[in-house]
Amino acid sequence: MDLSYTPEEEDFRARLREWLAEVLPGLPPKPSPDDWPARRAYDLGWQRMLYDAGYAEVYWNASPTVRLIFLEETEQAGAPYVGANFVGLLHAGPTIASEGTPEQRARWLPPVLRGDEVWCQGFSEPDAGSDLAALRTRAWRDGDHYVVSGSKIWTSHAEVADWCELLVRTDPAAPKHRGITWLAMPMDAPGITVRPLRTLAGSAEFAEVFLDEVQVPVTNRVGAENDGWRVTMVTLSFERGTAFVGEVVACRRVLGELAREARKNGRWDDPVLRRRLGRLNAEFRALWRLTQWNVSEAEAGGGVPGIGGSVFKLRYSHARQELYDAAAAVLGAQSLDLDRLWVLDRLSSLSYTIAAGTSQIQRNIVAERILGLPKGR
Amino acid sequence: MRFQLTEDQRALRDGVRQLLARRFDADALRAAVAEPGLDRALWRGLGEAGFFALRLPESDGGVGLGLPEAVLAFEEAGRALLPGPLVATHLAAGTVAGAATGETVVTAVDSGPVEWLTEADVVLGDASGAVPLRSVDPLTPLHRVPDALPATAGPVAVLLTAAEQLGTATRACELAVRHARTREQFGQPIGAFQAVKHLCAEMLVRAETARAAVYAAAVTADPVDIAAARLLADEAAERGARDCLQVHGGMGFTWESEVHLHLKRAWVRAQRGGEITESEELLAADLVG
Ligand SMILES: Cc1cc2nc3c(=O)[nH]c(=O)nc-3n(C[C@H](O)[C@H](O)[C@H](O)COP(=O)(O)OP(=O)(O)OC[C@H]3O[C@@H](n4cnc5c(N)ncnc54)[C@H](O)[C@@H]3O)c2cc1C
Repeated sequence: MDLSYTPEEEDFRARLREWLAEVLPGLPPKPSPDDWPARRAYDLGWQRMLYDAGYAEVYWNASPTVRLIFLEETEQAGAPYVGANFVGLLHAGPTIASEGTPEQRARWLPPVLRGDEVWCQGFSEPDAGSDLAALRTRAWRDGDHYVVSGSKIWTSHAEVADWCELLVRTDPAAPKHRGITWLAMPMDAPGITVRPLRTLAGSAEFAEVFLDEVQVPVTNRVGAENDGWRVTMVTLSFERGTAFVGEVVACRRVLGELAREARKNGRWDDPVLRRRLGRLNAEFRALWRLTQWNVSEAEAGGGVPGIGGSVFKLRYSHARQELYDAAAAVLGAQSLDLDRLWVLDRLSSLSYTIAAGTSQIQRNIVAERILGLPKGR
Repeated sequence: MRFQLTEDQRALRDGVRQLLARRFDADALRAAVAEPGLDRALWRGLGEAGFFALRLPESDGGVGLGLPEAVLAFEEAGRALLPGPLVATHLAAGTVAGAATGETVVTAVDSGPVEWLTEADVVLGDASGAVPLRSVDPLTPLHRVPDALPATAGPVAVLLTAAEQLGTATRACELAVRHARTREQFGQPIGAFQAVKHLCAEMLVRAETARAAVYAAAVTADPVDIAAARLLADEAAERGARDCLQVHGGMGFTWESEVHLHLKRAWVRAQRGGEITESEELLAADLVG
């Protein structure tokens, strides 16, 4: 067991740190979290800076350890979060890199890395959430096109996306896991209507997407027809495996800020609160070690994150909610003021035990796929 | 960074597991409960295998390995519920004659009650006035020292104890899963019921999170890392053993099942690292330090 980095990795870290110190002070202020067009522009601008400096590559072409260092350093320095680029960089990109044809990789990967194109994820449907394979959005062949009709829901930042990683049913007669296909759908195609939904935090973070005979070229299919479930599992392993690395670092930073705030406002003198923060320190230290462990495992296993991602996701989602509950305890009555720091974060942390597979579903996965317990109904 | 067990570490862990399976299997465990007392032959066997001398330099007749290896060995000891003042004797190797070879049994007066006081050959610290307790753990005789100065266990003792707790957490999960796969009710294995399945999943998640913390603390030997490892390992062991009992139903509540022994030992070890609140305070201080 070794927690030290190689000289090359340390060198990468040092260069990155230097570059961040140079460019971050010149960045414009972050846009309002409600303003998705502005957020898109901001996030893509940052992605372009990463690209020009040669760092964009890190997402797909670097070793898991280098990617870990990259996410650790950018987060620690307070660099912009991937934001609107989340799906493109962390799910669709890696999926296409792993499952796409050379032409597909050439078409879709560079624009994501350059910050030219934004992706969204069209998996969930009104009647297919946890039971994702029950999805009903239909696609049938018409010459060299698929014609797609149906609807998707909870599609994060759909209104500013250029592409959608879309799951459709291509064989309604097949068992439900067998008749699914993974398509890249252009979001400007005729027949697409996006209706933003308001989240409990008051912002329009996600949307409903209605699809009325939308034409998608057959060449946009990733993987074979009706083999979309397997491709989806690749996507989900990235979603659960490595997508949260930066966030653990962010939580550790927030915890330190919380302690300093508590010192300022006197609540630090309360031993119960102090120890609660101490325990959270233990929690996020352990989660960081678990991240390092999983990354080392991925490195040994050829880069695709393993099932350990579900273990991490379960623990992390709850820890994040506890962190922001502790923030509310530090803030006291100010935690009711939406303009205070951490209050919106507390609200959005409520989604962590739901999005990307609820905690109940993750527990089923851990119990059945890691512990080998029988499937129930 | 390669934060995974090396080949040698894997081999060491498997070796200790096999040794303990040979020398201290389920029958031996039951026999020890029926007739408590320290098994000197087993103790010397551990000594011969290098359990106590693991971290002693080779020039001093030790094995010359480090904290990560010791942690792996103690995890196995915890998994097997091996009784005896293992941590104190291990720490005394090199300073107390015979400790390294398992000839001398050493116990220490730390923060909690003193373990194995009357069976030990050497007692480190002042145990005068010690009064025996009716120990909750049938495999760990305990004494209370009324006027002892408040001594705290050192970080290495705390970490090795956390490693034992990790062993218990892992073992409790294994036992629960094994039972959940075989015990049938309502015409199917109880492990098919989500209420049971989710208990098991949480046991694994707690154990794996604790594992990452304990192993990392073994690599860094940093006191704050060790405090974190201790909190997570105590939680994983105590709640794991408790949930394991729940999964076993009525059988889990019997003296014959091994489950209660894990829970009781987890309670004993949780006292060894000082008050939980002390660890929490150390971690809190680290945030503003
Ligand atoms: C902020 C946010 C962003 C999202 N972004 C996207 C996105 O970009 N693209 C996308 O495709 N989706 C997205 N989602 C959708 C998300 O993946 C689903 O909400 C999630 O999978 C749960 O599905 P559901 O909402 O239909 O709930 P349901 O599946 O109806 O679940 C309701 C409750 O029942 C429980 N339940 C369901 N089945 C079981 C079971 N078998 N065992 C035990 N309990 C069960 C669940 O755990 C939950 O508590 C997003 C969700 C949120 C909150």
